[in-house]
Amino acid sequence: MKKLVLPAILSALLAACSSTGTFDQKTDGSAVEDRSKSSTGAGVTTVTAPTAAGSGIAALTDPNNILSKRSVMFDFDSYVINDDFRPLVEAHARFLVQNPTMKMLIQGNADERGSREYNLALGQKRADAVRKSLTLLGAKEAQIESVSLGEEKPRCSESTESCFAQNRRGDMLYSGEF
Amino acid sequence: MKKIFSPFRLLIVSALAMLSLMAHAQLSIEITGAGATRFPVAIPVFENEGSLPRGVTDVVRADLERSGLFSLVDLGLTALPVTIAPDLPGLRGRGADAVLTGSVYQQGDGRFEVRFRLFDTQKQTELGGLTMRMAPAQNRAIGHRIADFVYEKLTGQPGYFATRIAYVVKSGPRYELQVADADGMNAQTALASREPIISPAWAPDGQRLAYVSFEAKKPVVYVHTLATGQRQVVANFKGSNSAPAWAPDGQRLAVVLTKDGQSQLYILNADGSGVRRMATSSGIDTEPAWSPDGQWIYFTSDRGGSAQIYRISAGGGSAQRVTFEGTYNVTPRLSPDGATLAFVTRNSGRFQVAVMDIATRQTTILTDSARDESPSFAPNGRMILYATESGGRGVLAAVSSDGRVKQRLTVQAADVREPSWGPLAR
Repeated sequence: MKKLVLPAILSALLAACSSTGTFDQKTDGSAVEDRSKSSTGAGVTTVTAPTAAGSGIAALTDPNNILSKRSVMFDFDSYVINDDFRPLVEAHARFLVQNPTMKMLIQGNADERGSREYNLALGQKRADAVRKSLTLLGAKEAQIESVSLGEEKPRCSESTESCFAQNRRGDMLYSGEF
Repeated sequence: MKKIFSPFRLLIVSALAMLSLMAHAQLSIEITGAGATRFPVAIPVFENEGSLPRGVTDVVRADLERSGLFSLVDLGLTALPVTIAPDLPGLRGRGADAVLTGSVYQQGDGRFEVRFRLFDTQKQTELGGLTMRMAPAQNRAIGHRIADFVYEKLTGQPGYFATRIAYVVKSGPRYELQVADADGMNAQTALASREPIISPAWAPDGQRLAYVSFEAKKPVVYVHTLATGQRQVVANFKGSNSAPAWAPDGQRLAVVLTKDGQSQLYILNADGSGVRRMATSSGIDTEPAWSPDGQWIYFTSDRGGSAQIYRISAGGGSAQRVTFEGTYNVTPRLSPDGATLAFVTRNSGRFQVAVMDIATRQTTILTDSARDESPSFAPNGRMILYATESGGRGVLAAVSSDGRVKQRLTVQAADVREPSWGPLAR
C-alpha cells in the first residue's frame, strides 16, 4: 500500500475541525463555493499511465485541483448526489479509472439527531450513493469500500441546521489516508 | 482496500486500557422523581460496623432509597443487633413497615462475617436473613447483595443493585468504554481509544461485552472478555459492521453488515464464524434485539418508508410491523420477561423513551426530555437506563418502567452515552 503524507495533513485538519466544533471551509478542502473555480482543474484528467501515478497523487492534494475536494454533501433525508457534486464525483471516478492500483474508502456521515445505529445506516446510504456513482463511471468495485461513521465524527458539533447540513456528507479517502 | 486489523494497533489499545484502569471519573446519581407510595423501611446501622474500614449499611440504604420504592425511617444512631428480636410493634409505631437488623463479626483471618435479618412489622414476622463472609474491601458488593435481598422480599421482584452497567465516556478526543456498578461506583475502563466506540451489549454471562469500535476507521464488531481484556474481532467485512445483539443462549450474535449492499441483519457465532443472512429487505434493517425466549428478533427498518420497529422469527420468515404511531420509532429493547418493548420515539421533534405492552400494543411515553437514546432494561425489568442530554452534555438517566421514578447519572466534564445494563450476577 502506498503511503501519502500530505493527505494525512488533510485528515488532521478535518479532525481538528470536528473537535473544536468550528468549520472552516478553506482549511478542510471541501469548500462548496470553490467548486466552479476548481472544476476548471478537471484538466488533471491528463494524468497518464498507472505507472505515472506519482503525478496523479500530487493532484489529490493540490488545492487548485478538484481532486483535493473530497466531500459530497447531501440534503436532509436525501441519499441522492446533487447535480452540484457531479463534477467532483466524475473527477474522482476518472482518477480511479486512470489509477487502478489506487483504493478509496468512502466514509458516510449523518447528523446527530436520533439513534446512533440508525444514523450509521443512513451514513452508509450516503457512502453507497457515492460508491455507486463512481462505479457507474468506470471505477472498479474492488477499488472502493464504502463505510459509515454515522453521527460519530461530526465536522461541526453544534445543534444547528447549518451544522447538521455539514454533517450529512460522504468523504472520499485514498490509500494512505485511512 | 480491506483494512486488516493490525495486531500492533490491538497492542496499543490494550495497553491504553490497562493504564486507564486507574484513571476513572465517577458517575453520580441524582433522584429526580420517586414512586407515588414508598415503602417505609428502617435500617439501623449494623452492630459493630465500625470494625470494617468502610461500612455496609450506607450502601444498603442508598440502594433502596435510590430505587424510588422505599423511604428510610430514621432511628437515629440505635443499632439493633441481629441476635436480638426487635420490638416490631414499637418500630411500626415509629412508621416502619419493615426493619433490617444486622451485625458485623470480625474473623480471625482478617475477614468479616455479616449477618442480617429482615422483619415485617405489620405481620409481625421475620421475612428471612443471611450470613455472608467478606473481605474488608467488599463492603459495597455485600451491601448491594443485602439490598437485593430486601428488595426481593419486599417487592417480589429480584433486585438489581449487584449488577453492572457499561457505557461510553467521551472526554475531548478520548473515548472510554467503562463498566461500573449499577450505582455508578467502582467505574473501570475496559477500553480506551481515540476513535468512537458505540453499541456495547452485555453477553448473558455478564463476562463479555460486544461493541462497535471505529479504531480501524470504519465500524467493526468486537467481543471483549472483561476479566482478561482479551478482544476478538467478530465482524470485519467489507463495508460497515455494527449493532451487535446477543442471543439469549450467549452463543450467537445478531449483527448488521453492509457487505451485500444496504444495512441488513445477519447472525453469526460469538467467535465470528458461521455468518448467515437473517433477512432481506430493500431498505435499512438495523438495531436487532432478541426476545428473551429467543423466538423473535425485533429491529428497526425503513422498509415501509419511515423508521419503524418490526420483528421477525429468529428462524426466519416474514417481518411483522410492531410500531405504527408516528414516523420515527427506533432502538427496540425487550424487557427481561418479554412482555414490554422499550424504544425511542420521535414525538413533535423530541426523541423520547417509550414502552409498548406487546400484548395490547398500548404505548406510553416515559420521559419528557428531547434527546433520548439507547434504552436498556435493568435485569428485573423495573428500570430503564438511557442516554439523554442535559446542559449540552450527554448524561445517563434512568426511569422506572411505569414512568414514576426518575434518576440522572452524570460524570463531571465528560459526555456519557450508550448505556447497557448487565445481567443479574450468577
